[in-house]
Amino acid sequence: MSVRVALHSPTGSRSFLERGLLLLVMLIFLEGTVLTLGAASSPDISAQDNTGGGHDRRDDHRGIAGSHEHTNYTYTKKAFPVLSLDYHHIQVPFEISLWVLLASLMKLGFHLIPRLSSIVPESCLLIVVGLLVGGLIKLAGEEVPPVLDSNLFFLCLLPPIILDAGYFLPIRPFMENIGTILMFAVVGTLWNAFFVGGLLYAVCQIEGTYLSQVELLPCLLFGSIISAVDPVAVLAVFEEIHINELLHILVFGESLLNDAVTVVLYHLFEEYSGAGEVTPTDVILGVICFLIVSLGGIAVGAIYGILAAFTSRFTSHTRVIEPLFVFVYSYMAYLSAEMFHLSGIMALIACGAVMRPYVEANISHKSHTTVKYFLKMWSSVSETLIFIFLGVATVAGPHAWNWTFVSVTVILCLVSRVIGVVGLTFIINKFRIVKLTTKDQFIVAYGGLRGAIAFSLGYLLDKDLFPMRTMFLTAIITEIFFTVFVQGMTIKPLVDLLAVKKKQEAKRSINEEIHTQFLDHLLTGIEDICGHYGHHHWKDKLNRFNKKYIKKCLIAGERYKEPQLIAFYHKMEFKQAIELVESGGGVKLPSAMPSQVSMQNIQPKKLPPAVAERALPQFTKGREEEIRKILRSNLQKTRQRLRSYNRHTLVADPFEDGWNDFLLKKQRMIELEKKMTEMSNYLTVPAAPPDSPTMCRARLASGDDFKAEKAGAKVIPDPNAFYNIKASSDGVPTIQVDLASPQSPDSVNMLNEFSKRGATDQGLGQREGATRDEDQGLMMKLSSAGKEEKEEGGNKNPGLMRCLSDPGPSNEDEEDEPFLP
Amino acid sequence: MGSTNSTLSKIPNVEELMQETGFTPAHIVRLYDRFEALDKEKTGHLRPQDFGAINRLAMNPIGDRIIGAFFSPGQETVDFHSFVRILAHFRPADKKRPKDPSMPEPVNSRTSKLKFAFQLYDQDKDGKISRAELLQVLRSMLEMQVTEEQLESIADRTIQEADLDKDDAISFEEFRKSLEKVNIDHKMSIRFLR
Repeated sequence: MSVRVALHSPTGSRSFLERGLLLLVMLIFLEGTVLTLGAASSPDISAQDNTGGGHDRRDDHRGIAGSHEHTNYTYTKKAFPVLSLDYHHIQVPFEISLWVLLASLMKLGFHLIPRLSSIVPESCLLIVVGLLVGGLIKLAGEEVPPVLDSNLFFLCLLPPIILDAGYFLPIRPFMENIGTILMFAVVGTLWNAFFVGGLLYAVCQIEGTYLSQVELLPCLLFGSIISAVDPVAVLAVFEEIHINELLHILVFGESLLNDAVTVVLYHLFEEYSGAGEVTPTDVILGVICFLIVSLGGIAVGAIYGILAAFTSRFTSHTRVIEPLFVFVYSYMAYLSAEMFHLSGIMALIACGAVMRPYVEANISHKSHTTVKYFLKMWSSVSETLIFIFLGVATVAGPHAWNWTFVSVTVILCLVSRVIGVVGLTFIINKFRIVKLTTKDQFIVAYGGLRGAIAFSLGYLLDKDLFPMRTMFLTAIITEIFFTVFVQGMTIKPLVDLLAVKKKQEAKRSINEEIHTQFLDHLLTGIEDICGHYGHHHWKDKLNRFNKKYIKKCLIAGERYKEPQLIAFYHKMEFKQAIELVESGGGVKLPSAMPSQVSMQNIQPKKLPPAVAERALPQFTKGREEEIRKILRSNLQKTRQRLRSYNRHTLVADPFEDGWNDFLLKKQRMIELEKKMTEMSNYLTVPAAPPDSPTMCRARLASGDDFKAEKAGAKVIPDPNAFYNIKASSDGVPTIQVDLASPQSPDSVNMLNEFSKRGATDQGLGQREGATRDEDQGLMMKLSSAGKEEKEEGGNKNPGLMRCLSDPGPSNEDEEDEPFLP
Repeated sequence: MGSTNSTLSKIPNVEELMQETGFTPAHIVRLYDRFEALDKEKTGHLRPQDFGAINRLAMNPIGDRIIGAFFSPGQETVDFHSFVRILAHFRPADKKRPKDPSMPEPVNSRTSKLKFAFQLYDQDKDGKISRAELLQVLRSMLEMQVTEEQLESIADRTIQEADLDKDDAISFEEFRKSLEKVNIDHKMSIRFLR
């Protein structure tokens, strides 16, 4: 919003710009000063420790021990220290929080300055901020803390980002392109490592560069460190350019999967740099090691993923800690893999990808939202911190600048990347159905950004074994800066210039869903006819196996039988219902209509009695809450509604799109009214005027009795209630307005179904059940419900909770794609 | 190569077939071998029972529709030429083909593939997917797991979403439009038929 305002008024933009810059500068100063303070106070503490010998600092402050630096205490020995400053007591957490705060405020600040965020990618700005902070600290004369410590990086900063990536990995495109991705990741990285390492060594051997002490193995090690495409940097940059899915998954997948190669190469060269040579046996061992590292990492991740899925099956009574399981199991998967020197990144990805479909089927909607937001939050903060720390570390670290080495590195990386991508694509295109064009190749090559992982790996190097470590670090930092700044900044205009296909708005329609499933079946059938064991054959087999065995174990209750299409359909319906509620201000009741028939059928026809037991406890508290909520919201909205409701809004508003929809709606409304008048003849529900929403719903609920008399019962309490309320047209017009609201085809849909339902006896009772269930089982209790209804309500609860209790932002649609490929 | 040539010579009008469908000789031979394997009674024609013998196809929810697609209306058997012609729909599209408006649409182009899929939906061949036909497909795909009402509401919604001319059925154009974001070339191609 502020952006738009700023763009429209030049004076406004200037003030925003100024404000933003002022904010930034202030923050940087603040951060710098506090950190300096912190750094300054620590020497005091160390001095204290030396002299005082008291490990318990609290003793110091209570003045118990006696002779200490703080002379204040000798004066005020008698007086109780009312207020005292004790910074080092809280120093570490305070500084950590300050860093995190700085990172987040920076992020805020960037988006307030309108034009800046569109030209310069966030990562660049953050590095600059880091540079500034580091510079400030250095100016203050203090030693810059070694913030990008490898332990901190690998154990704390990296996992959230990778978990976020793995959990929300779009499985279908990933699996479809897995061959290409693996080729790029494994062969491409190997090629890069050896090319860069080898040529660097050759260059070093040239006379006049004074680099001849750099041996082959350290060069190769350097090559392997610097050749890995970094997932953090790729994520940061690619997220802003909204490139099409295929390219995104190619580069991103490559950055994730090359971790195994990097780990193996790194350890291999590091081990043998001391020895000075690598024998063929070592090479074979290296290959075996690679297989173990990658497959082992995946296995570890998969095991933890299954454990998490299994655990989530039992969490129906303790919903609040559900997200915790997701996080803890994933983190443990990462740590376990790192323990064995397996690929932690691949473990995390495997864990997230494996557990997701089952966990999502089991946990409540609120937990789902929590998981999503926590992951996004942590990964965002981590990413920001990483870039800031990169800046700080640049200022801090000892540098050994060598023009030749650094420039050759940068050039060679670029060259090797291009050659690698082009060469590999040539081979890969022979096996792909959808070939990669030159444009695609260019983007893949250009998008190979290096990042903090390379730096941390370099930082890990032993100073004694590698005397040229500082030179390596300098070169790595330069390469990172080059890729992030130059490539990161120019990739967006290049993408526009080359007219590369952008990401399409991923609103998957039900048509697409149905037809793609249909085509899947078709292709599987054709493959069977041809006797060809292809892609579809195996996918189909996996799906069957999944459905038959795995889902039974890992998904709670009856929900495992829910076919994917139905799940998708429900999701869509719920989303629309939520939108209707939010926008029309509305009534929950009619918005439930479109899905009423489907909603009540989350479970198959045969309901095991076990479900009833589980369902029962969930009602009482939740119901009261819901009553309160409904009362609150409806009483508020009543006022709104009375203002905005206007019968005439139904009729043409030519400026609204969906002109046809209006006419259709009107038509259907008329039909509906006709039907209602017909049915009102059969009414047996008392026609008392509705006084409150709750009562009105209670009345509807009383129609529950009709369920028992399903046979031939033409009574439809619902339309009756509608009709009643409509006639009285007072306090609770909530229900009507949505019918009239020019919202969306949803109303049409609802009316459509409504009229159709009106015509059929069947499913009447079910529909009522659904409407009631709609309010989270509110109305179930109000009637002398049979077992069936309880079961319905109980079963529906997770799903309904999903819909109505927590309307998440609808921007996140693309992540909610059907997770089963 | 010798066996390829000898097999090729057994098939009448092989050049014409290759021209029409774009298959290479190797492909034709492979398909011919498969044809013969399916044709257990060596009649040179396939009957629905032969297709039914493929176990996995029986498990496929739309298996019978696929089988039906091989047989032209009124015909009881399918010979090798028709067999190959149907399968040619699933060849990956040739990107380098020059767009020649005078030539008929190649059988493996996007439109032809979509038409083939459309025909599988549209069993009564009236050019539209009616609500009943859609329901049938949904029923067979979702098997026993959903109720009638659920199916009906899904079908309603599907038609409502795709139906632009409000005739309560999905025409080929509407079908094509609803799938414009899907990469049909990729989805409806079998790799080995290259």
